[in-house]
Amino acid sequence: MNLTTKSLLLLAGLALAACNNPRPGMFGGGGTDGFGGESSITTGSLGDPSDPRSIAHFQQRIGDRVFFADDSSDLTPEGRSVLTGQAAWLRTNPQFAVLIEGHADERGTREYNVALGARRADTVQRFLIAEGVAANRLRTVSYGKERPVEACAEPRCWNVNRRAVTVVSGGVSG
Amino acid sequence: MTRFFTALMAACFALVATASAQPLRLQITEGVIEPMPFAVPAFVPEDGGGSQYAEALSRVVAANLSSTGLFREVPPAAHIARITSFGTNISYPDWRAVNAQALIVGAVAASGNTLTVKFRLFDVVSGQQMGQGLQFAGSTQDWRRMAHKVSDAVYSQITGEGGYFDSRVVFVAESGPRTNRVKRLAIMDQDGENIRTLTDGRSLVIAPRVSPAGDRAVYTTYQTGSPRIALMDLRSGQAQLVGEIPGAMTFSPRFSPDGRALVFSAAMGGTTDLFRLELGTGQMVRLTNSPAIATAPSFSPDGRSLTFESDRSGTSQIYVMPANGGNAQRISFGQGRYSTPVWSPRGDMIAFTKSHAGRFHIGVMRSDGSEERLLTASFLDEGPTWAPNGRVIMFAREAQGGDPALYAVDISGRNLRRVPLSSPASDPAWGPLLP
Repeated sequence: MNLTTKSLLLLAGLALAACNNPRPGMFGGGGTDGFGGESSITTGSLGDPSDPRSIAHFQQRIGDRVFFADDSSDLTPEGRSVLTGQAAWLRTNPQFAVLIEGHADERGTREYNVALGARRADTVQRFLIAEGVAANRLRTVSYGKERPVEACAEPRCWNVNRRAVTVVSGGVSG
Repeated sequence: MTRFFTALMAACFALVATASAQPLRLQITEGVIEPMPFAVPAFVPEDGGGSQYAEALSRVVAANLSSTGLFREVPPAAHIARITSFGTNISYPDWRAVNAQALIVGAVAASGNTLTVKFRLFDVVSGQQMGQGLQFAGSTQDWRRMAHKVSDAVYSQITGEGGYFDSRVVFVAESGPRTNRVKRLAIMDQDGENIRTLTDGRSLVIAPRVSPAGDRAVYTTYQTGSPRIALMDLRSGQAQLVGEIPGAMTFSPRFSPDGRALVFSAAMGGTTDLFRLELGTGQMVRLTNSPAIATAPSFSPDGRSLTFESDRSGTSQIYVMPANGGNAQRISFGQGRYSTPVWSPRGDMIAFTKSHAGRFHIGVMRSDGSEERLLTASFLDEGPTWAPNGRVIMFAREAQGGDPALYAVDISGRNLRRVPLSSPASDPAWGPLLP
């Protein structure tokens, strides 16, 4: 994550934190949890990022996403560090379940990118399990190249679109 | 019907070959550089009801033939002779004078909801009729289809190849911002007309395929929140989820040539493998078992082999294996990544997407991987689908920063053209010739 993105996310987070009733679409800071699904919507507070138990803290201070090189699902050193922080947070906040979304940039074919996104999400899942997060708290989904977070057709956007996002939601599902 | 046409054509060409030194014939395989000029005057209305279709029918036929790049229309304004009755004697010198080599004379009658369309094809150069002419009857709302049938018959008689105009394409209609795209399954005539949406856009849908009989579509939907395979009856629009594997994301479904089975990808535990599902019994069999990705399968037309893409070598490449699994042979060895192999209807070629050095290409190779030819190049081309006659490939193209659109190209690499649609579209899947 570069500085600009980081500060943008931080700003977005502050705006969210200042808002008592966040719009459901903003939940997850670009995550696409539940898109197209028919599950019911649960509303929860993101909280104050300075509160280490808050989702806002997870998203903004720890970082809810890791990035990948082109056509790769290997974790970078930065990615490992973010995931180590995610695992620690999840261990101390056992009431939360997570959906790990795998995404690809647009520079690949559609179905291969679904498979690639699945592999990226799986990489994150394995890392979190290895760091002591219970497997039954983790689910994965791949969106392939269907949900870019940045729309430009240039490397600066592709770099942030090749990602796995850990979307936190309340309650461990069975 | 096809067999009937073939027999008709065979008889017709035998006749022409003996009667004329140079029969009217386009050999597509030899590569046509100079399109054959043809004339198609407004069809002759044989009753009051037919008059509203007379001009429109001839325009659709002209557009179809011109779109192939193999034919060039001599515009009606240039015509000297007027066709006022279907049985009229053809004034060949008048058609030669405007340099037409083929002449299509049609007539149309409408009674109630029934439209009757007939046509005859003339070889202007040798001054004789080709074949016996054909007649089609159907509902008035299918008038475009009847123009497509005329076009297919003319195309077949002149080229000796099967036609593809009376066919439909299922695709994904796109709208909304790129970061939150709405995608609907849609179906259109091959020329971009008669668009109908099949899903409501609430769920993300990608990569449809049409059944060999054209009665069903299979695609990937996110309606449960995770990729799942849906099977839709195109007549009723009813869809059901099929091929569930607990804990897996399932996607990339394809019909077997007999329409009774699907092959598809299932992603679980970091790998993506191919499975086969018998639609009648629900029986499921695993076809690949590799720690890598195996996806985008496609059956050979005889149903014996599967081609698919896998990154088991490190990058995505094309493989061929027996349809029930087993030893997979890599067939792509050029530079770059190879994806989305699709077996041609004739069985001799495989179309694919290739990305190399920042560019994307649609290409074809023989099914043993030899004779690779790239047909297109752009910022992003992907997802080839074959016309029913194996002569034309449709695919999706996205200009840098632009919206995706559907394009078609001949397998010669010539005649690249955009399918005229007014909104963004992707993932075309060409269905069979309609009955």
